Amino acid sequence: MNIPGSGILKGLAVTARNFAGSYVEKDRLTTEQYPEERPKLPEAARSFPFLVYDGDDPEAGMRCVSCKICEKECPPQCIYIIQDRDEAGKALKRPKVFDIDISVCMSCQICVEVCPFESIRMDQDYELSSFDRFGSLMIDKPKLLKSNTYYHSIHPTEAAETDGRIEAERLKKEAAAAAKAAAAQKAAAEKAAKEAAPSVPLVPSQQEGKP
Amino acid sequence: MISSLERVPIDLLHWFLGLVGSFGVPAWILAIVSALIIIGTIIGVFLGLFALTSVMERKILARVQNRYGPNRAGPFGLFQPIADGIKMITKEDLVPRTADWIVHLLAPVVMMVPALMVLAIIPYGRDMVPVELDAGILYFFAVGAGTEVAVFMAGWGSNNKYSVLGAMRAIAQMISYELPLVISAIVTAMIAGSLSPSAIVAAQGGGGFVPQWFILTPWGFTAGLIFYICALAESNRSPFDLPEGESELVAGHLTEYSGFKYATFFMAEYVGMFAICGMFVTLFLGGWQAPLPFLDIVPSWCWFFGKVCFVAFTMIWVRATLPRLRIDHLLAFAWKFLLPMSFAAFLSAACWHYAGRGPLAWILSLAIVGIPYLILGNAFTNRFAVSRRTYLFSE
Repeated sequence: MNIPGSGILKGLAVTARNFAGSYVEKDRLTTEQYPEERPKLPEAARSFPFLVYDGDDPEAGMRCVSCKICEKECPPQCIYIIQDRDEAGKALKRPKVFDIDISVCMSCQICVEVCPFESIRMDQDYELSSFDRFGSLMIDKPKLLKSNTYYHSIHPTEAAETDGRIEAERLKKEAAAAAKAAAAQKAAAEKAAKEAAPSVPLVPSQQEGKP
Repeated sequence: MISSLERVPIDLLHWFLGLVGSFGVPAWILAIVSALIIIGTIIGVFLGLFALTSVMERKILARVQNRYGPNRAGPFGLFQPIADGIKMITKEDLVPRTADWIVHLLAPVVMMVPALMVLAIIPYGRDMVPVELDAGILYFFAVGAGTEVAVFMAGWGSNNKYSVLGAMRAIAQMISYELPLVISAIVTAMIAGSLSPSAIVAAQGGGGFVPQWFILTPWGFTAGLIFYICALAESNRSPFDLPEGESELVAGHLTEYSGFKYATFFMAEYVGMFAICGMFVTLFLGGWQAPLPFLDIVPSWCWFFGKVCFVAFTMIWVRATLPRLRIDHLLAFAWKFLLPMSFAAFLSAACWHYAGRGPLAWILSLAIVGIPYLILGNAFTNRFAVSRRTYLFSE
């Protein structure tokens, strides 16, 4: 025969322990006081895409070459690109307009995966709410461009990998260029030699023609 | 030794009346002014308590659930009631098109009036009873029953099925719990030999280093516990908040209320809760009496409000602990458990009185409430014991 009501007393003891414990043990209170305390985001956290540039000048260091692969691959079609052209109408390897509508973007990261120039990457900025329904959620090129340093600060591992890949690419290109230059030099030397060699048989003719 | 602060409220009142009287104001106007000041003070104090409790309840519940609770408005979130008040007043006051708008409008008022009226007979301190009624306890329960009408008015006037369901539940619950509530209160009146709250408080006075509070006797403990449970049910608080039941009845009789009318309901509920806590303190916790003689240096009204706040805290604590009951469990609990137990407390108190209030009385009254408690309690828990579900076709 148990004592009726003992379960309620046990329950009251549990709530009392939690009530008193929340004043003593700070570990119990897991709530982040948001505007004052910021969450430490995991490295893989992502919100919306941005464009990476190298160096200090966003326009000069822009990696994007306006190939429009991301625009074509984007499932919700939130990317809008117009290629830049010079006065003669010749296409330039940079975008004139690069807009991302983040009210449409679904943060799928496909644009990042398809970009062959390591140009578009995912941001971690999550405080994007605005009073304006259309303008503020349409992010244009000046706002999209963020430095490689910033990229390193939010995704260190990924940024290092990217830099390594770009460096390898550059080295390969340099090696190829060097090889090409060497080949060209060799070819030139050969040509020169060839030119020099036939001159020998020509000598008699010259000599022949000299008189 | 009695504190010098003890008579401050009374002296202030007399000083002010003397000041007014010095201008040659007739005596009957003075009487009205005196009554108005007392009414204003009581309403002010209880509305202040309501404001404080509305934020403290949220903070205490939050702490039980290991959260911070409201802490944005002002220091420690203490200005939260002001923010809530502004929000409530500026909200649109919606009345459904098919509602009976007169009843809909009157319900919050009818709810508020008894909640404030019952405050008149509670002794707040030594010689501090606003209205000295011989049948104070009777008045308290008679007027307090008016809230039931208000709840049903709110449910019926809203012309909404959830509101009516909530109101019906409220009526069933409040009438069922009124019975054990009144019987457990009568037990104290029986021992004190008076229906006057002041006399009941006086009967719990003295006694040196063991307070003579009724809660410290077997019958008083039983009756006090029953009174406390019924007080929870009467003020529609968890775990007896079925009439509101926001998860199943979308707030019951409050469904169609918004803005200031909703705020009035909310206020009336809390003031009613404080009134019944004050009655509990008066009947069982010795009213304004200090627990030990030397603690009289703290004024009696501080003791009273301290005890009321403690009882209100335990109500919040219970709310944080127990889930809501089912309607049949709720009614069965009132009729099959609380009512017989309050009769047992009644008998026990009678035996206590006639056995001379000594050791023999202790044993007798303990047996009279203890044995029915064990039998009834076990029968009740077995009746509603959750058995293992057997499946016919699976497993």
